[in-house]
This record gives sequence, structure tokens and C-alpha cells, in this order.
Amino acid sequence: MTCWETIQAYGLRSIGIGENLLPKSDFTICQQFTLIGSGMIWNLYFGVLALVFGFFLANAVALARAGRNPWVRKPADWFVFVFRGSPLFIQFFLAYEALVLLPKEFTLFGVEISTSWTTRAWAGALLVLFLNTAAYSAEIFHGALKSIPKGDLEAAEAYGLTGWKKFIRIEWPTMLRLGWPAYTNEAIFLFHATTLVYFSGFPAFAQKGDALYYANYFADKTFNPFIPYPIVAFYFILLTLLVTFVYGRVNRHLNRHLPSNTRSKIRLRPNLIR
Amino acid sequence: MFAACADPKAIDGLTWGLCYLTSAKHVDFYWSFLTVLLLLAITAPAALGMGFMGATAARSHIAPVSWLGKVYIWMVRGVPDIIFFLFFVIALDQAIEYLKNLAVCDGGVWPWQGLEFRVCPEAKVPLAKSSAFWHQAYGFMLAVVTFAIVFGAFVANVIFGAMQAVPRAQLETAEAYGMSRAQVFRRILVPQMWVYALPGLGNLWMILIKATPLLFLLGVKDIVYYARELGGSKTQAYEYPHGDWRLWYFLGLLVFYLVFTRVSEIGIGKLTARLSHGQATSGGEALRKAAA
Amino acid sequence: MKRLLLATALAALSGAAFAQDVVRLGTEGAYPPYNFINDAGEVAGFEREFGDELCKRADLSCEWVTNEWDSIIPNLQSGNYDVIIAGMSITDEREEVIDFSQGYLRPASSAYLAASADADLMSGPVAAQTATIQAAFVAENGMQVVEYATPEETVAAVKNGEAVAVLADKDYLVPIAAESGGALVLLEKQESIGDGVGLGFRDSDDALREKFDAAIKSMKCDGTLDAMITKAEYFGPDTDLDWGDAGKEGC
Repeated sequence: MTCWETIQAYGLRSIGIGENLLPKSDFTICQQFTLIGSGMIWNLYFGVLALVFGFFLANAVALARAGRNPWVRKPADWFVFVFRGSPLFIQFFLAYEALVLLPKEFTLFGVEISTSWTTRAWAGALLVLFLNTAAYSAEIFHGALKSIPKGDLEAAEAYGLTGWKKFIRIEWPTMLRLGWPAYTNEAIFLFHATTLVYFSGFPAFAQKGDALYYANYFADKTFNPFIPYPIVAFYFILLTLLVTFVYGRVNRHLNRHLPSNTRSKIRLRPNLIR
Repeated sequence: MFAACADPKAIDGLTWGLCYLTSAKHVDFYWSFLTVLLLLAITAPAALGMGFMGATAARSHIAPVSWLGKVYIWMVRGVPDIIFFLFFVIALDQAIEYLKNLAVCDGGVWPWQGLEFRVCPEAKVPLAKSSAFWHQAYGFMLAVVTFAIVFGAFVANVIFGAMQAVPRAQLETAEAYGMSRAQVFRRILVPQMWVYALPGLGNLWMILIKATPLLFLLGVKDIVYYARELGGSKTQAYEYPHGDWRLWYFLGLLVFYLVFTRVSEIGIGKLTARLSHGQATSGGEALRKAAA
Repeated sequence: MKRLLLATALAALSGAAFAQDVVRLGTEGAYPPYNFINDAGEVAGFEREFGDELCKRADLSCEWVTNEWDSIIPNLQSGNYDVIIAGMSITDEREEVIDFSQGYLRPASSAYLAASADADLMSGPVAAQTATIQAAFVAENGMQVVEYATPEETVAAVKNGEAVAVLADKDYLVPIAAESGGALVLLEKQESIGDGVGLGFRDSDDALREKFDAAIKSMKCDGTLDAMITKAEYFGPDTDLDWGDAGKEGC
């Protein structure tokens, strides 16, 4: 098969489109690049969706932690503690074991609800990643919320902005701005963490997996780890650069009102992995 | 372990539970917690050492050395750590055996023959004749080295930042006193850098704790391995048959990690407080206010 | 001088050396009755007894090592152990990378285990262990395969409804079906895949393979192998013992 034919056969294999059987012999570099690249579709899927949904939950939890009502604050504190304090690997295993115990079909108020889809990776693993990134991001946003300069808040009140108006026009944008560099790191590490999905409890159906799943397949079949793993590394470096670029643009937008000498550039500091 | 457990099929209830939890495989499980703690105890200083070297290299005035340091720091951040773990262990194992091959085998035959990696029997590390303990210890050592290299890059980043954060005035004063570059580094920069490095290092310790389940992927029989092995349902071929108990074993692991994390958090908080005494930082200021 | 220092330093890494020839036997440890790890933490099962007997006959000192199924062949290639004794079927695909001894178990049928006797194999995924002949069979025959790392997880998948059925060696599934109290049943349909079970060796290890072959032959000839296989705790008295070509001629 020429390289172009290989790409057509395996380019979308990770979502089930294309050649059914994976190559068993005579492996070519083109095959490895293509299959591993097609696996990146899953990494992108998990990363993007977990980040987008997690962003909203993170904001809610960060506000809950800053609230005065202990009935709201304590559950938020515990949520962040459990998801930050335990390894993601263990969270995946536990979630899978717990989800398989759910009754497959049950009737609630006359409506039949089926839960078999929850144990599939596209749902179950996404749920775990979503909760995990929400917890880490909530911690970041909560810290940012606490470091909003007092002067800003007093000025807002002097202008007559109170309650919701003050929050949405002053507190929330400032919180995002202050927390954005750390949140960028969090996003990068979330994308890295998506490689753990098919190594923990969730199985790969019909050999549809992520980039690392295919890299492992090739490493096992060719007994040579020196090709597939650097290929995955290469794809992830590209992904990291892309995420850094996108988040950098958002950072510029959030800091646009500041005089140029006080604008903070994002400096990549790794602070969180799972 | 106990005399009452000699015939597991004849007992039930609490006795069965007790005998089950003290069977030899379960005792191995409990010992594996120590494996994890041992890994942490060895990796933390090793990573600190690697990180220190990496940061010093990155700050060097010699361009290639500085380049090497910076590439080391940057490379590990761009790539998921699990890939390093999977790749590095095999590569390191083959590299060590290749070196030994050059030293002790005749002729230095190229070991990578087709699909096999073949070296003469004297070059195998550990030797085939060595006991199981050495094989396990070697596997563990490979894991430690891999962890140290990967986390060393993160530590290097933190220490690099901390070194940059030491006020230049301190270093200039030292130079004004006539100290050589090495003396400035040893006597002024390094001791002052720790306060700035501590939050980042504390964070990395927490991250290291949470990376320990990856040991299981490296073939080390750690707590995740035993949880899966013990939790799976067992037929009558085994002495203690039972259903699928993996959920409970994983809940146990979750509790272990949460407790460990909490204890570490408290410990690091106390350490930070001690190091912040008398410092001109907000932490030090907070301590002074609290004391007043 | 430098080579000597290097050699000494590296030799120090490799630990104590003993005078005998130690052969390391690699097994999975998760597949009763072939091999499993008993509650005392030791390798047990038919292959444990069989392997120990072979080593005695070949006058070798043997050590048992467990390894995950996924990496059992690559780790043989890298030299972590010298023999694979893990219920591994002889297949052409595997023959390309390793050498097999003569078969010591006839090809066992593979059976399907499902939650009910009329399960439709096309209606959902069929579970199998990664990198087994059963997984390849499921994938090649139009069913949707879902692979798990350990045999136990494949059965758990059927129990909790993840998969419609699991395809595995019949000998592994029979006790599970029996002890499930009717929750899991073997389907009538069976498959015959693979060419018997053999020991795996590196391609370059002909001498070792011949020693083990001779030991297996001697066990077949004097009937000890047949007696071991038919033990109740292993494969039972009804097992097919007709060795045919892999056989008993020349005893």
C-alpha cells in the first residue's frame, strides 16, 4: 500500500471508519504515523470536551468555596480534596468499577433509562476527566479570586456596583485574568492526562483507542519502542504548542486593558499533573 | 498465618474474613505499600539531585551546557509522562545491557538482531542465574531512575525559577566582597533559593505521590497490581473464592492516597511556616502578625 | 584497564552469580487450570507441575517468573526469562517470532460464555483477552471484539453486561460457568482455533528447546503426561489425549 492508501485506510480507524483489522506484519512508518495520528482524535475529544464543560463547573465550585454558607462550601471543599488528592489512574479504575455496578436498565417515573453507555470510554472516562479538571481548575480560580486586589473591589463599590453587577464586571474577569497562566498549565496537563484513559479500567472496543493505545500496539508487535513512542511524543509536542498558542491569545485579550509594562506574559510553569 | 486458617474451605463468617485478609498474597499486598513508600523515599532526593544539576546547567554561561539544561527542562513538559515511563524503561534496560555487552562479550556483536535484542549470557543484567529478588530489585531500580529523570525535569524548572527569584542585589553584594562565581553560588544563591523553591517543590511532592500508580505499568508489583489481582473474582481452584471485589480494593487505595496527601499537605505547611520565620515575604509577615 | 573497571562495575550491578544453569520459566499466572497464583502467592496449576517435572527430567534448575500476557513475547525476546509456559497456542503468527516445542496439550476448544443460552453473538461486543488467538478469531469473523488485559476481566465484562459473550478456552470457562449458579452459561457453539499448546523459546535457543522437547517426549512415552492432564483438578478424565503427529512414535 502506498502511504496515501494507508492514510485512507487507517486515518479514521480510531473512530471505527476504515480498515477493520489492524496491520499484523510488515509495519511501515507511514502506518505508525497514520494510526497514532488517528488515535489523537480521541485525545482531542477528551481534552476539549473535558475542558469546556469543566470550565463551567470549576467556576461554580470556586464560587461555592468562597461562599459564606457552610452547606455550600463544605461539599465544594470535599469535592476538590477528593479529586485533587487522589491519582487520576485510581479515579478511572474506581469510576469504571462503580459504573458497571449500575443497573443496566431501570424505570424511573415510567421512563426507561438505560445506563450501559456510561461504562464506555467516550462517556465514563469523559466524566472522570471532566470532574478532575473541574476540581483542579476550581482550586486555581479560587486562589485567583482570593488575590483580587482589595482596591479594585472598593473602587467598584464606590462606583455603585454591587452584588451581581460587581461580580460579572469586575470580580469574574479579574479572577480569570489572574488565574489564566495557571489554567493554561492545567489545560496542557489535562491533554497529557487523556493518554491514561485506555490504560486504566476502560477497554477499547473493536480496537478503537487513543494515540498511546496504538503506539503500544506497535511497540508490542515490532518489539521496538524507539519508533512509536517518539511519534506520540511528536504529536503531543505539537498539541502542547497549539494549546499554548490559543491560551496565549486569550491571555492577551484578558490583559488588554492593562498598561503594557504591567501585562503578565504566560510563563509555562508545570504545577499540576495527575 | 493462624492455625485456624489451615483449611479455608471449612470456615466462614468473620474467621474467613480474617484468614482471607491475612493470607500470604494479602501480606504481599501490604508489603507493596512499602514498595511505594520506598520508591518515593528514593526518587525524591534523586529527582532533587537531577533537578539541581539541570537548573545549574540551564543557568550556565557555557552555551552548549545551558542549551542541554534548557532542552531537558522543556522536553519533559511537552510530552505526557506516561510515554516517558513506557519508553524509557525498555530503552534504559537495553542501553545498560549494550554497555555491558561491549565490556564483557567478545567482538561486540550488534545486539539488535531483527526482532530480538540478543547479548551473550554474561552481559544480561541481572544475570539469569540471579535470584528473583535481584530481578525485582533491578526492575524497581529502572523505575526509580525513570521517575528521577522525569521528575528531575520538573524540579529543574522549579529550582531554575527559584534561582532567578533570588534578588540580584544579594549576588552583586557578594561579588563586591570579592567572592568568586563559585563562592557566590555556594554561599549566597543556593541557601537563599530554598524559600522560593519550597512551594513548587511541595507541589511536586504531591504530584509524585499521585504518579506512583504508574509503577504498575512498568511491571513493578505495586499496590494497583495487587488490588486488581486480589479483587478479581476467584473460582474454587483458589483457597479463598470470592466474587468481583475490585471496587472495594480500589476504594481502599483511594482512602490510602487521600490520607497520604492530607498528611503531606500538613507536613509541607509546617515546613513552609518554619522556613518563613523572619523572611521578608508575605508568609513571614503573616507569621509575625499571628504572633503579635 | 578501563574495560576491566567497566566490567567490574557493571557486574556488581547484576547481583550474585550461582554455579548452576538456571532456566527461567515465564508464565502469566491468571489462567486456571493452566497457571494461576494461589493464595500463598506461588505459581500453581497444571503448568506448574508440568514445568517442574520437565526441569527435573532435563536436569535443569528452574525458576518461575510471572509476566503480564501482553508483554510475554517481547520480554522473552529481551531475555527476562527463557521459556514461555503459559497455555500459549502454537500459531503461524507466533511462529514467525519465536520457536515452539512440540505440543503438550491438544488444541482445546474455545467456548463462548454468556448470560443466557440464546445470546446473539452479533448483537453486541464479544470479549476476549488482548493478543490471544480468540481475540483474533472474533475480529476476523465479523463480530465486534472488545479486548481486556486479563482473562478475569473478560468474564467480568459478561457478568456486568459490557459484552454479550466471552470467547476463551473451554477449560478456563467450565468452572466459572459451574460456579455461577446459572448466571453464566456456556453456549453450544464451540470453536477450534490454534494448533495445540507449546512452550515458547527464542529463535536462537535451539539447544534449550531440544532439551525440553526430549523431556516432553519422555513424559508422553511413559504416560506421566497423560496422568497429569487427566487429574481432576486440571483437565479431567475426558480430555483428548491422542497425540498424533506431535506424538508418541519412537518411544
